[in-house]
Amino acid sequence: MTGESTNDIVLRAQDIHKTYGDLEVLRGVSCELARGETKVVIGPSGTGKSTLLRCINQLTIPDSGRVWLGDTEITCKDCDINAVRAQIGFVFQDFNLFTHLTALQNVRIGPMRVKKMDRPTATRLAVEELERVGLGDKAGAYPAELSGGQKQRVSIARALAMFPQLILFDEPTSALDPELIGEVLEVMISLAKEGMTMLCVTHEMGFARTVADEIIFMEGGIILEQGAPDRLFSNAREPRTREFLNKITELYGE
Amino acid sequence: MDTILHSIWPIVRDGLPNTVLLTLGLLGLGLALGFPIAFAQVYGYRPLRWACKGYEQFFRGVPALVLILLLHSGLARSFHILLPTFASGLIALGLRSSAYQSQIFRGAIQAVHPGQMIAARSIGMSKWQAIRHIVLPQAFRLSIPPWTNEYSSVLKDTSLVSAIGVVEMMKKTMLLMPTVQYREGAKWILMLLIVAALVYLLLTYAGNMGLGLLERRVRLPGFEMTGKVER
Repeated sequence: MTGESTNDIVLRAQDIHKTYGDLEVLRGVSCELARGETKVVIGPSGTGKSTLLRCINQLTIPDSGRVWLGDTEITCKDCDINAVRAQIGFVFQDFNLFTHLTALQNVRIGPMRVKKMDRPTATRLAVEELERVGLGDKAGAYPAELSGGQKQRVSIARALAMFPQLILFDEPTSALDPELIGEVLEVMISLAKEGMTMLCVTHEMGFARTVADEIIFMEGGIILEQGAPDRLFSNAREPRTREFLNKITELYGE
Repeated sequence: MDTILHSIWPIVRDGLPNTVLLTLGLLGLGLALGFPIAFAQVYGYRPLRWACKGYEQFFRGVPALVLILLLHSGLARSFHILLPTFASGLIALGLRSSAYQSQIFRGAIQAVHPGQMIAARSIGMSKWQAIRHIVLPQAFRLSIPPWTNEYSSVLKDTSLVSAIGVVEMMKKTMLLMPTVQYREGAKWILMLLIVAALVYLLLTYAGNMGLGLLERRVRLPGFEMTGKVER
């Protein structure tokens, strides 16, 4: 896999636990991403995949466990969580574009308000990022005027405009019509190939096989098995992994 | 008939200024208090939320006329604090409106989808930045229609201050009644009141039109709320 020098590790999560009421959603999850790596998290619903992503950038506060971004621990009480989040992109299943802002303004607002970039520079950057996801011509459109696929691409551009160290994708194609999934995956694949560090919760196995360095199979709040896509598909250790991979391959195709 | 026609001008001249001033003043006071109360109810700590809830329940639960009399006659009789009539009316109705307006803004803030706040925080905005740049601009648009209703409502409530002697349109109309009855006969009182009603109607209509213009001006795709169906 990748070289293990600590400098290369962008993200390290260690023994994350999270309980909602009586339900222990995460029961000690650890994972690591080196610079440029793409990892795909799969698993049945309710296994804590989304919770794991949210615990990483502290949108949900884990009960215990630690997270490092590079060499900096971000789970400590006194660290500047806003500055941390500014370095971690997050792409939501249901887009969460700012509904009162145009595509351009959606992408521009982070650099302008969080990074205090001046308006002309932020605007140029936003246009570039929109072009990067193939939406240069939709800069002036409001979210309500965009298709689901276009919305998701704008939200990827919004994450990119912050020059994040990594991007977390929380089922980015699950809310899309089948014919719109392709355009979003295309953007994600090219990002992965350009060397973006990505942790993706998705059941798009085509995507996983094309670009993922590793597939992480979660069930019942723990990582049951993880490994390179080829190995997992041909030779999974756990019967549950094999069963699940067969099921989603049936559903989503290769 | 002549007297009726001639009473339109006195109603407008002597009554309209106080009606308009009261309406604008109490809406302003209601806004200045109502917005922070809404804010505290949504984002504040628990004791603050309870305090605001209590305030809002009190001022929405007591009749406007009772509030006016409480502030004017009540304070004067019990504590020898005699507030000027106009000020009493303004404060009583303003506090009452602040309670109603707080609920307009609270509803608007809470109607903004929670995902908006989460997305704002995910790009590194602080809670206040997210409120200022993401939640409030959306809540503002959502609050215009109910706020228009509040305008119509309080404009007409200003007539209640006639009870403590503020000469606004209602009081002026009542002051004209004896003259009309003496000159035209008792049955013309009805006409006089219809004239007053029409002036209120016109003011309501004009205000609603102005606020409707504002609503259209700040309208954005996704915020239409027309519920329109083509067929």
